[in-house]
Amino acid sequence: MTAAPVTEAGAQPARAGRRPPLAWAGTLPFLAYTGVFLLLPTGIVIWKAFQGPAGGVTLANITALNTGPVRSAFTGSLELCLISSLIGATLGAILAYAVASGNPDGLIRRLYLAGSGVLAQFGGVTLAFAFLATIGPVGFLLHASWYSNFPWGIGLIYCYFQIPLMVLVFLPAIDGLKIQWREAAESLGGSTWHYWRYVAGPLLTPAFTGAALLLFANALSAYATIQAWEDQINYVVPQSISGALISEVGLANAHQADALALGMIVMVVIVMTGYFLLQRRAARWQR
Amino acid sequence: MRTPYRLGLAGLTALTLVAAAGCTAKSSSSSGGYDWSKATSAASGGGMSALVAAAKKEGTLNVIALPANWANYGSIIKDFTAKYGIKVNSIAPSDSSAQEVTQIQQKKGTSLAADVLDVGGSVATASTPLFAPYEVATWSSIPAGLKDPSGLFVGDYGGYMSVGYNSAKFGTITSLNQLLGSKFKNSVALNGNPTQANAALNGVMMASLAEGGAAGSISAGVNFFHKLKVAGNFNTTQATPATIKAGTTPVVFNWDYLNTAAVVGQPASTWKVFVPANATLGGFYYQAVNKDAPHPAAARLWEEFLFSQDATGGQNLWLVGGARPAEQSTMTSNGTINKSAAASLPPVTGTPTFLTQAQATAAATFLAANWPKAIS
Repeated sequence: MTAAPVTEAGAQPARAGRRPPLAWAGTLPFLAYTGVFLLLPTGIVIWKAFQGPAGGVTLANITALNTGPVRSAFTGSLELCLISSLIGATLGAILAYAVASGNPDGLIRRLYLAGSGVLAQFGGVTLAFAFLATIGPVGFLLHASWYSNFPWGIGLIYCYFQIPLMVLVFLPAIDGLKIQWREAAESLGGSTWHYWRYVAGPLLTPAFTGAALLLFANALSAYATIQAWEDQINYVVPQSISGALISEVGLANAHQADALALGMIVMVVIVMTGYFLLQRRAARWQR
Repeated sequence: MRTPYRLGLAGLTALTLVAAAGCTAKSSSSSGGYDWSKATSAASGGGMSALVAAAKKEGTLNVIALPANWANYGSIIKDFTAKYGIKVNSIAPSDSSAQEVTQIQQKKGTSLAADVLDVGGSVATASTPLFAPYEVATWSSIPAGLKDPSGLFVGDYGGYMSVGYNSAKFGTITSLNQLLGSKFKNSVALNGNPTQANAALNGVMMASLAEGGAAGSISAGVNFFHKLKVAGNFNTTQATPATIKAGTTPVVFNWDYLNTAAVVGQPASTWKVFVPANATLGGFYYQAVNKDAPHPAAARLWEEFLFSQDATGGQNLWLVGGARPAEQSTMTSNGTINKSAAASLPPVTGTPTFLTQAQATAAATFLAANWPKAIS
């Protein structure tokens, strides 16, 4: 979030453009790693999505996506991701601002950071069970009527890990805001609104949208929490993928699972494209 | 055997690693020159003592999808190891039948593949090209309807669809219609999603029979669960011993051997199990030997152990776990059965129904299209 390191670039002008000939070799471990664990599996998923049970290229798996249950799973995934990432990002950003405006070495800040670090990882069956036992249909505290609602009930449960995650990823951006900028705005006669509208807002927007995107992807791939929360209906795509892989009553179809995964990839590509367009617009002043 | 909570996507990544694991050598055959992967019975390879010797030489057996609290498999595995000194490698205990088949395909040719499978009927009939024909010594004691004529798979144990419930909370339950009453709010659960798990599909089918439906159509059962949902009584989380312990699923539809007080971890005085008189629905699981088993002799010895009528053999061990072994009627007449274990099974009246493969497929197809609508 801070300004570009102009001084460093200026300090060593002679080195520019004269890297050692084998410098690219340093990226090899990274490329090999992402190749094996990201690109190769993605390629296999895409390839298998177009294969029939007995081999051969077919579009049947793709056309089979156009059925009621699959369409509602994709809609459900989209709703759940939007709800949990927007609520999570908004509340998380406010909380991060509150934490950042406190004493930078204070107990509260350390407590919040440690707590967020733990809670951002608190998901899966344990999380679903915690809510089920507390406010579920026979919860010991109360029976919350919204608990079983999709997407709001599960969306609010997701916020349990989305908000702390937002605090963690957004706090560095807020820390980057300098108090002098606010003073400068005020000394030029700007109000609080002006400061947020013309200084802090534009500065924080790229970081905010980036973090919200991370939350979106985080919710999209979450599986265990919603599966433990609801076993009978495939509300989201990862549940449908699981069903296509493990059904033992004769409805399993691994290639259908690949086609569903391809659908998720397309979803992420669309969201990423939107993010890049937004980012380019939001960050235009930086160039 | 059952539906797990497992991230399907992880399997895709794992798939890419299988190729790398594929170089592990296949440690088969060559004991005494006989290739046990071709044996269709113990006699064809030189008798039981030759089989035991060859299996001991292999030293290991890979089993898959056998939860320790499922039909007494925990003790069965322990006793097999104690008797023959063969280490049992229990892979992915909570996998479903479909995942068992995927495992032996993905790990084919490696020492990691499961040697023997325990699968539901749909998966067994759909996967016969992967199985080796094998007939245990007690083959003639197994009812004809439970075995594939060529020996590719064979029914091992089964039970009846039952309702387990907390009698301290609800009193005595004798019919499914009682479950629609207001005191059962959010209480009734299935063991899994019926479009995925065999036990859950049979739970819906049991309701169908109780509602007067025939085995050929599951629609009456789907209607029953629709009514249950509308009444607010259907709890859509998967019932497990943990949810029962927490009190969130006090009424559970499941196979009777998975619904016993011992398995669900409840006191026998307050956890009761009943099989509805007008809806006696039976179901069996099936044993099959992997055609490319890395330990072919141990695999066959395991089958002999499971189907042994000994007091400490597999058939009586399943019975102790509350499951009804395939050779039960023969063992009852020849006196080898564990009488006290047999007497403690939940009583069953009426003529039991067993789904044919066609009926099971029709039910699954109907559920795929109608289940989500009925209960949302």
